[in-house]
Amino acid sequence: MAATHLADRRRNRRLAADAGLLAVAAAFVLPLAWVVLSALDPHADLRVKAPDGITLENFDAILTSDITFTPLLNSLILCGGATLLTVVCAALAAYPLSRFSSRLNRPFLLSILFATSLPITAIMVPVYALFVQVDLIDTLQGTILFFAASQLPFAIWLMKNFMDGVPKELEEAAWTDGAGSLQSLTRIVLPLMGPGVAVVTVFSFVMMWGNFFVPFMLLLTPDQMPASVSINEFFGNRGMVAYGQLAAFSIVYSTPVILLYVLIARRLGGGFALGGAVKG
Amino acid sequence: MNRRSLARALPVTPALVLLLLFLAGPIAYCAYIAFTDLQLTGQAESSFVGFENFRTAFQDEEFLNAVWLTLVFTVVSSLIGQNTLGLALAALMQRASKPVRTLTGGIVITAWVLPEVVAGFLLYAFFRKEGTLNALLDLLHLPSQNWLFTLPILAVSFANVWRGTAFSMLVYTAALGEIPKEITEAAEVDGAGGWRRMWHITLPMIRRSIGTNLMLNTLQTLSVFGLIWVMTRGGPGDKSQTLPLFMYEQAFQNSMIGYGTAVALLLLLVGSVFSVVYMRLLRTEV
Repeated sequence: MAATHLADRRRNRRLAADAGLLAVAAAFVLPLAWVVLSALDPHADLRVKAPDGITLENFDAILTSDITFTPLLNSLILCGGATLLTVVCAALAAYPLSRFSSRLNRPFLLSILFATSLPITAIMVPVYALFVQVDLIDTLQGTILFFAASQLPFAIWLMKNFMDGVPKELEEAAWTDGAGSLQSLTRIVLPLMGPGVAVVTVFSFVMMWGNFFVPFMLLLTPDQMPASVSINEFFGNRGMVAYGQLAAFSIVYSTPVILLYVLIARRLGGGFALGGAVKG
Repeated sequence: MNRRSLARALPVTPALVLLLLFLAGPIAYCAYIAFTDLQLTGQAESSFVGFENFRTAFQDEEFLNAVWLTLVFTVVSSLIGQNTLGLALAALMQRASKPVRTLTGGIVITAWVLPEVVAGFLLYAFFRKEGTLNALLDLLHLPSQNWLFTLPILAVSFANVWRGTAFSMLVYTAALGEIPKEITEAAEVDGAGGWRRMWHITLPMIRRSIGTNLMLNTLQTLSVFGLIWVMTRGGPGDKSQTLPLFMYEQAFQNSMIGYGTAVALLLLLVGSVFSVVYMRLLRTEV
């Protein structure tokens, strides 16, 4: 009797939970529906509506080198370069932190942890002033270096935690065979923590791909601008009228990061990467 | 240090150099020029002005306005919005059926993964006078209004909730998943209702996750720039000008790098305080 009562209550609760979630989902999906429908709509405006026919004209109009390909290529160079730098430096730095004990490990890790949560936005004005002084302003390499530095604390932190999960015994054989640190890092440790390296790489890349403020401050020449900044210019100049094109551009620009996210989420199962990161 | 430990520490060098040059360097430089009258326009020298910039700031009504708006933005969007909604979603997801859970999770996470500027456009369109929100209100015969003009700070706060809730949702999903089933089930058999279980059992058990999440949300929210920039540029007037936008305007539109940096330093200090609290929370956990 009590058991069926409990089962009934559970079913009702499930229905109530479903209803609650669907209500939130409906509210959250509206802006997303707008961008998808408008991109396909020949007469898009600002509200969610059924398109007046389906067209690919909006995509046609924006898939030119000026509007789309150059900015995306710039984004790729900028974020790809900075991600590469971040991952290499983080892997190198994480290795001694994870493998050898030293009095300096703890203060270093604490500083890293402290730096992960500093608001990077706040230092952009001084970085700009500094870059003007040392002639790094409006250069891709300067922006790449800054991007890498700003992402490094979190990347090192994550990388070290993943590396701690690789048992030390596996390396000891290699050490007795005379392999150096670098060899055992690249031949043994990194291959064993493939998913971890993937998480750090994808996470760094996604953060940079979406970042607006850093390139907005450090780059000046329009030809060098990544998509995050150029889309804003586009919006200011033409997007006010050409909503369909703006929506199409937004989709083209967002697709890579969504795909990357799906890739790691699939591989690692939901919130795992993030849970690990937050708990430290 | 002997040679062996020096060799062992060698791989840290590239990261250390990058961090010192491009992170610690600017922070130190920030602390320096906040006390000067450095300007953007061609003038070669700047002089040390002590606490002048800070005195100016605390007498500047625009600055105080920005502080107030930052507070509203943080409390509404991070403390109340993202955190509570994220917890509610995670709690509901534990009970909901799988398809609904997957669908809702997918939508909320998509909003989070989208680049900041794109999220800004989508919510700009949503809140515009001709946008979806007003279309909905019309449909329900409720009064519509020009949200980005009448209540811009609320509009950008909701935008931040839309964009940031997924993070809290994921943190709380992980935290709730770690509570042993026996505990909640025992309470249920003892007749404790949903709210009482939440309040007396669930919340105390995940209090550390709550702390961590609040800190990270707050830090994230304090540094939001692109979202607000795209939606309102801080306007109309300065009605949605939070501290990062105020800092930007002072440094680049008014060419007062020194003053802008003083504001940045204050932001950095607030961030550091949160950061230290966050580290303390982690330490008790580890």
